[in-house]
Amino acid sequence: MSLKHKDLTGIASLNADEIMQILETADSFKEVTGREIKKVPALRGKTVVNLFFEPSTRTRTSFELAAKRLSADVINFSPSNSSVVKGETLLDTARNIEAMQADIIVLRHSSAGAAETLARGVKSSVINAGDGWHEHPTQALLDLFTLREKKLELKGLKVAIVGDVAHSRVARSNVYALTKLGANVRVVGPPTMMPACVERLGVKVYYDLDHGLRDVDVIMMLRLQLERQGRALFSTIREYSRLYGLTPERLKLAKPGALVMHPGPINRGVEIAPEIADGFSSVILDQVTNGVAVRMAVLYLLSGAGN
Amino acid sequence: MNQSSHQPILIQGGHVIDPGRINGVADVLIEEGKVVAVGPNLIKKTKQKTDSIQIIDARNKLVLPGFVDLHVHLREPGFEYKETIKSGTAAAAAGGFTSVCCMPNTHPVNDTQAITEFILEQARAAGNARVFPVGAITKGSEGKELAEIGDLRRAGCVAISDDGQPVMNSMVMRRAMEYALAFDVPVIDHCEDLHLSEGGCMNEGIVSTQLGLQGVPAAAEDVMVSRNLALAELTGARLHLAHLSTVGSVRMVRDAKARGVRVTAEACPHHFTLTEEAVRGFNTLAKMNPPLRTWDDVHAIKEGLRDGTIDAIATDHAPHAGQEKQQEFAAAPNGVVGLETAFPLTLALVEEGILTLESAVEKLTTAPAKAFSLSNGSLAVGVEADVAIVDPQETWEIDPSRFRSKSRNTPFAGWKVKGRVLMTLLGGRIVYQAEEQFR
Repeated sequence: MSLKHKDLTGIASLNADEIMQILETADSFKEVTGREIKKVPALRGKTVVNLFFEPSTRTRTSFELAAKRLSADVINFSPSNSSVVKGETLLDTARNIEAMQADIIVLRHSSAGAAETLARGVKSSVINAGDGWHEHPTQALLDLFTLREKKLELKGLKVAIVGDVAHSRVARSNVYALTKLGANVRVVGPPTMMPACVERLGVKVYYDLDHGLRDVDVIMMLRLQLERQGRALFSTIREYSRLYGLTPERLKLAKPGALVMHPGPINRGVEIAPEIADGFSSVILDQVTNGVAVRMAVLYLLSGAGN
Repeated sequence: MNQSSHQPILIQGGHVIDPGRINGVADVLIEEGKVVAVGPNLIKKTKQKTDSIQIIDARNKLVLPGFVDLHVHLREPGFEYKETIKSGTAAAAAGGFTSVCCMPNTHPVNDTQAITEFILEQARAAGNARVFPVGAITKGSEGKELAEIGDLRRAGCVAISDDGQPVMNSMVMRRAMEYALAFDVPVIDHCEDLHLSEGGCMNEGIVSTQLGLQGVPAAAEDVMVSRNLALAELTGARLHLAHLSTVGSVRMVRDAKARGVRVTAEACPHHFTLTEEAVRGFNTLAKMNPPLRTWDDVHAIKEGLRDGTIDAIATDHAPHAGQEKQQEFAAAPNGVVGLETAFPLTLALVEEGILTLESAVEKLTTAPAKAFSLSNGSLAVGVEADVAIVDPQETWEIDPSRFRSKSRNTPFAGWKVKGRVLMTLLGGRIVYQAEEQFR
């Protein structure tokens, strides 16, 4: 079993069957991660390079664990303190890595499209671990995986994505993934944080959180990037939190038993009240656990190891 | 081509279009580098000995004034790795252009007489096309103090512009327009509100949303078009608006012209041919400023060209080296080369029924010449014999590897287009000849 694609640069280029194929493959790897010996030899002899141009702990560690549990050799490469400072381009950096026979390059970059640019330029498989505001496909996949694991039917599921949608790759990948699988997606946030023509992505737009939460099955909170204050996107953190923060009272507007997700890292007390983040509705840590299984599935399917 | 410019040339039997003067089969007789007669059967009328005349058979071809481009970047001085005056004017000749107006965003900026003179000297040495420098509005194009516009004008600048660093301070722009009145020099503005466009790298719309790229709204252009028209009305200055790309700009210029504001405008082939869709896949070859926009905008530009709101077709020829365009989308520089593809893309508007053949030629010749008061761009008797001979029927495939330009950054590679420049004459001298011409 393998994917027809050389790379995973985004959810936009996958169809529903391919998404399901990845999720089903992840099911079996989830079982592996629950064993006492959490390792299979599927990628033995393969080399995976984590090429992270942006700081990341969670995603990089998750990919590293996933690769190691598949018995691949893993190299972590953070070019911020190496040749990039000397003016080397992304493509040149990647070609050097490829010349060391890397089979898979996992790329995190601040520029939208970096993964596609890289994928066109190298023979290695490229996995997008987040490119600017564009996509973060494995995050969306692990979110879907978590919803399925909680026995939720994706078709017809009502999901609210709340926060700075315009500047969120997590939001984009989730909108693509959820709509492809038939979920009803709403985006909630201030108009300044909605990208142009967002409704053409097949979502409903709400500027009022109370309205946006009514009857939803799932609430995905986005991280507020605090450094955006002063760019006229919102007034104060205080007001943002009052208007768009998820509180226990607001959670009651959603369907009873609604799940709360967050891609992390969370700003406690800003977009999400601590008692919700730590409460029974939250699946935030399940998301982290499932990230490893989903990334194992993606690495496995792209490596062609199943052929 | 060791032919002397003193040998008479007779361009025989072609369909001559000199907008407003002639549109029909005629001969063009050139002596001493100048047009001396346009009319039927000139061979019988000439006093020259027949065997001393170089005859160019132009039957079934169009014989046009050499094209005039109000907007090119020749990159010299400072960015010779992208283009030089020599390579850029060779590209011009290959595209049928005999007059090009080069923008001042070189390094250093063309804000002094010495740089203008350097550009003119390099152009003379290359001898491929007439180069008309555009001087800076402000020193270093920093938008603060006026450049020595009088000196620039005297040295040979035909217009002033701060190009990609548009003057944001409206008071500085007002004073520049007033000051320019003293020299009767057009003030060009690249209309972009730098606050609205900050960080943006493509049109703001559904495609930027899907790709996660920061968009530049059409309003970033419209706001400045509106300001500039108000200032032109206030000052009475000659305003020229570069590369219009939005519905709103075209509408405002149309209204302003109806009110009698002294404004001219240009549009680029990429803006009437492509939309933001070309950016999909993070295609840096479709990255330019102003960005490719929507079909509504494309239609508005075509309508503006048709009804005369937009006077001229200009290329905004903007060469960049391969490695610069092979970067992440946001990091890649703006711009596309255009001199060697403009003619067939303009001719497509004729095929489409937007322009008549004569009005298409006008947008490339007499109209731009008039906007900047250039004496070229026609085949009037007595003017320098700048001529483009083209085959309007020949279809060919755009192959960037054959460009004369040093750079290859075109979104049109591999396009099958109709209409080919076969020969270009500059002052009666052949400066370009297509390899397979007159088979």
